[in-house]
Amino acid sequence: MSDPAPPPSPKQPDEPGTLAARWDLKQRAGGIAVPIATVVLAFFMGGVVVAATQHSVHKALLAYKAIFEGAGLNWIFHPTTSLLDISAYNLSQTLLQTSTLILTGLAVGFAFRCGMFNIGGQGQYFMGLIVANWIGVSLVGLNSLSHILLALVLATLAGAVWAGIAGVLKATVGAHEVISTIMLNWIAFWFGSWVFGDGGPLQNSRDPVLPISDPVSKGARLPDFWGDQGFQGVHVGVFIALAALVVFWALLNRTTLGYEVKAVGFNPAAAAYGGINVRKNLIRAMAISGAFAGLAGAIDMLGGTTNYQYGQLDIPFSQVGFLGIAVALLGRTTALGTLLGALLFGGLLFGTTHGLNSGAVIQPELASNLTYIIEGLVVLFVGADVLVLWVWNTPRRLLRRRAKPATSTAELPA
Amino acid sequence: MGDHVVDDLVLEMRGIRKEFPGVVANDAVSFDVRRGEVHALLGENGAGKSTLMNILYGLYRPDAGEIRLNGQPVSFTSARDAIRAGIGMVHQHFMLIPVMTVAENVVLGVEPHNGPLLDESGAEQRVSDLSERFGLAADPTALVSDITVGQQQRVEILKALYRGADLLILDEPTAVLTPQEAGELFEIVRSLRADGKSIIFISHKLNEVLEIADRITVLRRGKTIDTVPREGATEASLARAMVGRDVLLRVEKETAQPGDVLLTVQDLQVRDDREIEKVRGVSFEVRAGEIVGIAGVDGNGQTELIDALTGLQRIESGTVSIAGRELSHPDARTALDAGIGHIPEDRQRRGLVLEYSIAENIALHDYAKPPTARFGWLFPSRMVDRARTLIREFDIRGGGPFTRAGGLSGGNQQKLVAAREIARDPKVLIAAQPTRGLDVGAIEYLHRRLVTERDEGRAILLVSLELDEILSLSDRILVMFEGEIVGEHTGEVSEEAIGLEMLGGRERTAA
Repeated sequence: MSDPAPPPSPKQPDEPGTLAARWDLKQRAGGIAVPIATVVLAFFMGGVVVAATQHSVHKALLAYKAIFEGAGLNWIFHPTTSLLDISAYNLSQTLLQTSTLILTGLAVGFAFRCGMFNIGGQGQYFMGLIVANWIGVSLVGLNSLSHILLALVLATLAGAVWAGIAGVLKATVGAHEVISTIMLNWIAFWFGSWVFGDGGPLQNSRDPVLPISDPVSKGARLPDFWGDQGFQGVHVGVFIALAALVVFWALLNRTTLGYEVKAVGFNPAAAAYGGINVRKNLIRAMAISGAFAGLAGAIDMLGGTTNYQYGQLDIPFSQVGFLGIAVALLGRTTALGTLLGALLFGGLLFGTTHGLNSGAVIQPELASNLTYIIEGLVVLFVGADVLVLWVWNTPRRLLRRRAKPATSTAELPA
Repeated sequence: MGDHVVDDLVLEMRGIRKEFPGVVANDAVSFDVRRGEVHALLGENGAGKSTLMNILYGLYRPDAGEIRLNGQPVSFTSARDAIRAGIGMVHQHFMLIPVMTVAENVVLGVEPHNGPLLDESGAEQRVSDLSERFGLAADPTALVSDITVGQQQRVEILKALYRGADLLILDEPTAVLTPQEAGELFEIVRSLRADGKSIIFISHKLNEVLEIADRITVLRRGKTIDTVPREGATEASLARAMVGRDVLLRVEKETAQPGDVLLTVQDLQVRDDREIEKVRGVSFEVRAGEIVGIAGVDGNGQTELIDALTGLQRIESGTVSIAGRELSHPDARTALDAGIGHIPEDRQRRGLVLEYSIAENIALHDYAKPPTARFGWLFPSRMVDRARTLIREFDIRGGGPFTRAGGLSGGNQQKLVAAREIARDPKVLIAAQPTRGLDVGAIEYLHRRLVTERDEGRAILLVSLELDEILSLSDRILVMFEGEIVGEHTGEVSEEAIGLEMLGGRERTAA
């Protein structure tokens, strides 16, 4: 790099060390192209799986059409506000699913910006959900707004504390957050299984055989802003998720807290040199990360995607915390990216289960697994974005090779 | 050997061009090496030396141009091709495995074996044969982690020779060495030359190029400026060719006018992260308006001393005072607020957040203070305004406030660090290796700036492994050896005298 006109270094002289720094590097290397290529590749390979198992390319195309309609995306061709319309109903459910995924995606994203990989979104989500149920079921008769706010705040705090434990462990004894959040997931998993199970403190009061909670009292439920009585409507949790996106962006880009978090994420040594307390930031970032996931649990509980109840048997099937990883990675841990990633996975999740569950196109088992196949492929490709870049650059590389005939290596004396 | 051996040229590179997105790194570069010569490749950082050598070593493919080795045109697709063709490269950062022995490292990848087993004694025998032949003293059974940097470098050279290298590329080989070790390296280079090996010596240090090279090729901004024999070349002429203008090689400064004591260090003891005592009872003072230089071989406690002064390492015992006020249990924040400015020795690892913009890096210490922030809310536009001012004042080139620090050249990164530290108006400015890896132009700038800041009345503590830098800048010199200050000098003092103290010579004579 010459002094007066420094060109960008063709080879990074020192490969930045931390996760976040490497991520930043790759982000600049691939731009928007990589996430798009990632999704296209994942869909393509998901299609290959369907085509191969069904011995029909046509069925694969039909499956994707069914997902598209199952997600309610065909609503844009004939918009209506009536939820009696199937596409409008599907879309409303997609939006609910998306809201949760936005929050779990933000959870992963925030920790990532501080150089940590929060795999524990699922556990933090459970803790939020459990606390929201506990507050929502008890304190009956409280003024509705206070009841909702109290439940939201305490559930958010529960998520923050749960993730904060991993942060404290990392900051004090250096326990790797990936390991500790996975462990905390299992603790939350079995804790939830116990509280909703037989004889558990949150088991319902009517039927002692059912391992399920009481429904959240009416006053604590999030009001719908779109929907008819009798249908699952779209509740204000959607706006809470959108507000969380703004908060995420502002925290990272407009506050000294965000400045510290990102500095620690990129380069802890430089942050410490700058006078930033690295340990404090690790704990704080992890807690904020968990807060987003806890909030996700709260809006799912108070907004009632599960009819305001939760059961022991629901726990093993919940995947939103893990999906948050794919959402955040695909969205490159930015606010806008997370929104788009959540929309994609929200649509997929609802679209596969409701567009394909009739068995008309493919078997329902394959249908529900298709989401997870695509999710897995996205995570794999995001992790292996070198691979995606390689595929992306293949046409250019082939062109170059053709332009320049290979010169043979001269035989040389040894 | 081929049929078209031209003269005694081992290597010819003609019209080499290499373009990276937005940059022409090599533009019609021509370079050749004769058998048995030391040919220095001289140029500032980014002049295209590394690109040229990476092309030769098979790591990059040239966009145009021809490479002939022993008269034969060659085209390498990987380093393996280059190695097979008899080219060896010793990188600036060694590529050795610390837990393995010298012999194991040397034979790695082409091990002699007894059936499926490594022939350990055979390997050791071959390595000691090689080291004897070229005067490269190295114990084949020693672990790499236990030997000095200078010895590790010899292992790298042995590795290349073991693989049959006739043409050796040494990439800035003296950057990590003490003056004594550099002297030993030069002896090795001479014995290799006497054995008929050809050596490409990459450097940006004028004096050593003049000492060791037979011919010198100067690159500037990707182009060959000139190839000259050593005879007749001078530091001034080479510097002019490198930079494109006349360069002030000696630092011009008035006699220091020391004022009040601004930094007092009393009986300081510091342990490193592995609890090893690295600073053992160091005491000194730095006054306003003077530059105190600390000379020493790397690893004698300088790093831990600076880290303790700047609050980055816990103080075991002793005190640090700024302008008479003691810093009790300093952390980085209290040290910064007490008036310490710190140009750290590793600007990329510590001095800058490379992913942050210039503006964000300038705010690294004071991001939470008005006007940049108020009540935790950040005002990026104010950060940017401040950056604009400092970019102008410190002549930081290569980008604006929004440019990533990682995209700047080394010299401009260092200017950025210096700008941030000086603009905070510190009482004490600690400059650690302030010109490491920088080119002549940037060194000139930083040296002048340090003298200016001295004259402004700051107390400046300069720590450098470059003895030249210490000698030319310091008003007073302290020599550090094994965690203690073993010598203090004011006024004229010879390089040899300090060099001896740096190696603990005084202790030895006393004992």
